[in-house]
Amino acid sequence: MKIHNVVLKTEERSSHLPQDTKKVPLEMWVNGFLMADAEMGAKVEISTLSGRVVSGTLVEINPRYTHDFGDPIPELLKIGPYLKHTLEGI
Amino acid sequence: MYEDVMKRRGEIVKRAVGVDYSKFEIEGVAFDYEKMMNEAGYSLDEIREIQFETQVGNTPLVELKNLTKLVRKYSPPGKGARIFLKDEVANPAGSFKDRRASVSVYHAKKHGYKGVIAATSGNYGAAVASQAAKRGLRCIVVQEAFDSHHVGQPEILEKGRACEAYGAEVVQLTVGPELFYYTLELLDETGYFDASLYTPFGIAGIETLGYEIATQLHRREGKFPDLVLVTHAGGGNVTGTARGLKLAKANNTQVVGVSVDLHGLHMASDRDFNRKSFTTGHTGFGIPFAVFPDRVDVPRNAARALRYLDRYLLVTQGEVFFTTEALAQVEGMMRGPAGNTSLTAALAMAREMDRDQIIVVQETEYTGAGKLPSAQLTFAKKMGVVVKNGDPIKEDEPGKVIAIPDSIDQIGTIEYPLEKLRNSYLKEIVKTYGKREYSDVEIKFISEDTRMTFDDVKKRLKEVL
Repeated sequence: MKIHNVVLKTEERSSHLPQDTKKVPLEMWVNGFLMADAEMGAKVEISTLSGRVVSGTLVEINPRYTHDFGDPIPELLKIGPYLKHTLEGI
Repeated sequence: MYEDVMKRRGEIVKRAVGVDYSKFEIEGVAFDYEKMMNEAGYSLDEIREIQFETQVGNTPLVELKNLTKLVRKYSPPGKGARIFLKDEVANPAGSFKDRRASVSVYHAKKHGYKGVIAATSGNYGAAVASQAAKRGLRCIVVQEAFDSHHVGQPEILEKGRACEAYGAEVVQLTVGPELFYYTLELLDETGYFDASLYTPFGIAGIETLGYEIATQLHRREGKFPDLVLVTHAGGGNVTGTARGLKLAKANNTQVVGVSVDLHGLHMASDRDFNRKSFTTGHTGFGIPFAVFPDRVDVPRNAARALRYLDRYLLVTQGEVFFTTEALAQVEGMMRGPAGNTSLTAALAMAREMDRDQIIVVQETEYTGAGKLPSAQLTFAKKMGVVVKNGDPIKEDEPGKVIAIPDSIDQIGTIEYPLEKLRNSYLKEIVKTYGKREYSDVEIKFISEDTRMTFDDVKKRLKEVL
């Protein structure tokens, strides 16, 4: 389960921030195991991987890692063949 | 809440790091750096034993023969130094950061802490999580991971995944320096050890890296490296490596720091956050940490780059992506990309050095989803950054254009003068301490901390004032 919290509201943030960061709150997400059944969007408690109990809004069930290997990049793909061809000529 | 925690900062850090830094203070600006490293750190032999216990270090040193061949094709006659690479991916969590983490986690365990906390978006998180798993401690990693639209930097998301894979709790935050406030709150709540990146033990953990480079190369080639290139961010990599080289008596080896040039991007900006393809090894850390090392989460930073840097070079994002691709395609080593920052500079430096000279690039890191150039460049394009082939230095505009070279001889470096760093260091001193007069003891400290002469410091302080 993934929960979400606002750690600092905009007016509570550090005074040494660029303008764009000042306008938004400091938010937090953490994963853990739900302590009792609940619906999405409910205030819940979870037990984290380090064993802490943290409360927050339930935002995701079985949270997925979304990063991947990306698309083929034409600007990179030509590097290998060019280098191998050059090496063969040395 | 914020104010309350920040006010108790000193007390929380003292308990969480277990070092009484006041012992090392001399006066004002000055503190006893070597005393801090000797008393609070560990000896080289102790560290080698600590690291042996948890599978850290003794990584292979490999010669990059194909890259050297390619560089020589474009070098003047007699030029084209040999390039060696220290394959730090062979550490348990896949980077040199395991060296740093191993000593911190050992220290935490020895002093009875139940867990460790690290504030890092980098490989250090996975390193701490892995070492904590080996020593049976709990672990929390705090990351700056998202912008205000909950869009995550893929490299950081991957490091978060790795931490969870090693059993750590990962707290992910949006952009902002208040990450350190939240970390303090967690330290206070849990009573865990603060595995700060900048403690004497963390830095001492990297000394084995410099020591191994010198001894491995000497065993193989009968000489020490002429040049060691170090990817530079917070200063720990430069400091630990250089100290290790000295411990091995490689006193004539030049130590050159290399960072990715990210000029113009603000590190605390919600907008800029996701417009950089490198989350470490860049000028956004490299310059501020060199010129004001004590800006960190502990009272005195053990990582002090200006004490050890012989030169400081910048490379561009496009050049590092090219080099990462080249390392995979002609050397069969898929690594990086951030860890290939100094390798990039090696491809340019080797052209100017004699054929019998040896360059050692002192790290690699694991790669994969989120980290690979294809993952980073797909993300950059999505964020509106132009990715093209072209002159990687002239056409590079951090946050706007990434220019990937067409050929290996387009790779160059940008010299960042150490004098400029030293001047900024003096300005930071004046800003921080807010005084006009400095004692001889303070001036002596500054001269050691920046490798300037006593008289030069005196003269230049006057100019800054």
